[in-house]
Amino acid sequence: MEKELLIKIAYLIASVMFIIGIKMLGKTSTARQGNFVSAVAMLIAVLATLLDSQVLSFTEIFVTVLVGSAIGTVVAQRVEMTSMPEMVAIFNGFGGAASVLVATSEYWRMAHAAGYSMQVVVGVTIIISVIIGCVTLTGSLVAFGKLKGLINGRAIVFTGQHAVNAILFLAALALSVLVVLQPNVQIWMMGVLFIALLLGVLTVIPIGGADMPVVISLLNSYSGIAACATGFVLNNQVLIIAGALVGASGIILTQIMCKAMNRSLINVLLGGFGQTSAATSTEGGEEIVVKEVGVEETAMLFESASSVIIVPGYGMAVAQAQHIVRELTDLLEKQNISVKFAIHPVAGRMPGHMNVLLAEANIPYDKLIEMDQINDEFANTDIALIIGANDVVNPAARTNPSSPIYGMPVLNADKARTVIVCKRSMSAGYAGIENELFGYPNCLMLFGDAKSSMTKVVSELKELMPA
Amino acid sequence: MNAESLIVLLYVLVLASFVGFELISKVPPTLHTPLMSGSNAISGITIVGAIVAAGPNEWSVSKGLAIAALLLATLNVVGGYVVTDRMLRMFKKKKK
Repeated sequence: MEKELLIKIAYLIASVMFIIGIKMLGKTSTARQGNFVSAVAMLIAVLATLLDSQVLSFTEIFVTVLVGSAIGTVVAQRVEMTSMPEMVAIFNGFGGAASVLVATSEYWRMAHAAGYSMQVVVGVTIIISVIIGCVTLTGSLVAFGKLKGLINGRAIVFTGQHAVNAILFLAALALSVLVVLQPNVQIWMMGVLFIALLLGVLTVIPIGGADMPVVISLLNSYSGIAACATGFVLNNQVLIIAGALVGASGIILTQIMCKAMNRSLINVLLGGFGQTSAATSTEGGEEIVVKEVGVEETAMLFESASSVIIVPGYGMAVAQAQHIVRELTDLLEKQNISVKFAIHPVAGRMPGHMNVLLAEANIPYDKLIEMDQINDEFANTDIALIIGANDVVNPAARTNPSSPIYGMPVLNADKARTVIVCKRSMSAGYAGIENELFGYPNCLMLFGDAKSSMTKVVSELKELMPA
Repeated sequence: MNAESLIVLLYVLVLASFVGFELISKVPPTLHTPLMSGSNAISGITIVGAIVAAGPNEWSVSKGLAIAALLLATLNVVGGYVVTDRMLRMFKKKKK
């Protein structure tokens, strides 16, 4: 009895620490400690659970935890920052899978007892946990595949898709009722599992690559909700509190991402964004005439500038150009040229991704300015340097009501006195649409790989500038 | 589980959700990725349920499932915290 009380108190402490940890994670100055507090909370919860009177066989538990920790640590240490979205996606999937497995394990244990009749409440919680967990698992695996390029990143849509999803969902519900009515007929549960896994695949497959930040945020939320549902199955408050925190965080990030792309969540989930934009890009009227610029001229432009705003996109990170961009920044600052970075909320492939990529290149975070705060500054800026970004600086979003991205908040880079676009080729951006900015009279195109172009610009600048 | 304990759990859920919304709506965009991977680690709290379910001495389907859950949840928890720390270590203010 006393042991049980001790466990409950430990869970209470852990819950409080999770909340404090998340709160601290919200400020740059305390974020690292916040993450630590939350990790300690997890450790307390785990240690307390080992005291549970049902826990008798420690060997298997310790071995499993050791193996899991070892793999987790190695993966977390090695993963490239550009691959963070993939890692978060797969870990979301693991979280979902763990919830399904725990709920199924509970179900199996109960159903095994002879003459067991399931309480409706227990049945419902198990089913919710299983369905959300399964959708999180396979949905995350598809998102992972799309991000890694294992699956075609385009939206995959077929006719009657929504009808199929609806029918499958109803079938899952019908089977769920049977699970509750006949808990010892395991085939019903298998059916629910199978359909829920299928639903996860089908709901993420129609969502295009450009919408992945939304999907990852949403799956993050699901993984929390799944943990929460498992808390109901086990009658365990710490699971509910921790799960609810994660669920809330995922939903907020999802909303922010949707707003940044001017899309409703429903619109993203129904998918097929790639299709509509593909159609408009082919009918796109006259050819855009662009002005090219060379590295020497670019260096000279920088030398005579007094303020520069850099607009980085995922293309910069793919080209591994962030370190040379930092060198450029240092060089310009030494000449008292002000340099800032304008960060669009969907720059990169997950919320806040670009900030992490630039932080890795040792660019201090107070130089990274959010869209709303920097948009008015472009008009007073000599050079806007756009590296590997495209759709987020497309003025059509402001001016052309027939553009598929019309209404999406964009960076007003076109308002700068000179715009230099460092880009591999004229190919369209992630959304698959032309960017009329490239044809503007103040826009110069610096064609080539971002890293090698920037390296050349930096060495030209070094020659121009007194050391 | 009876109706009363279900109600208590629902209270916990509703209040915790509100706390979550309050706390996270103020997080600056710079921290969105670490927030996501950090909260991802927290969602591995299912590890607690996995440990209990993996508890019995005798092997059974139920225990096998729990061990699998334990492995994935541990990966989720440890990997999530380590990578979040790695990212947060990189965030620096300008040295003056």
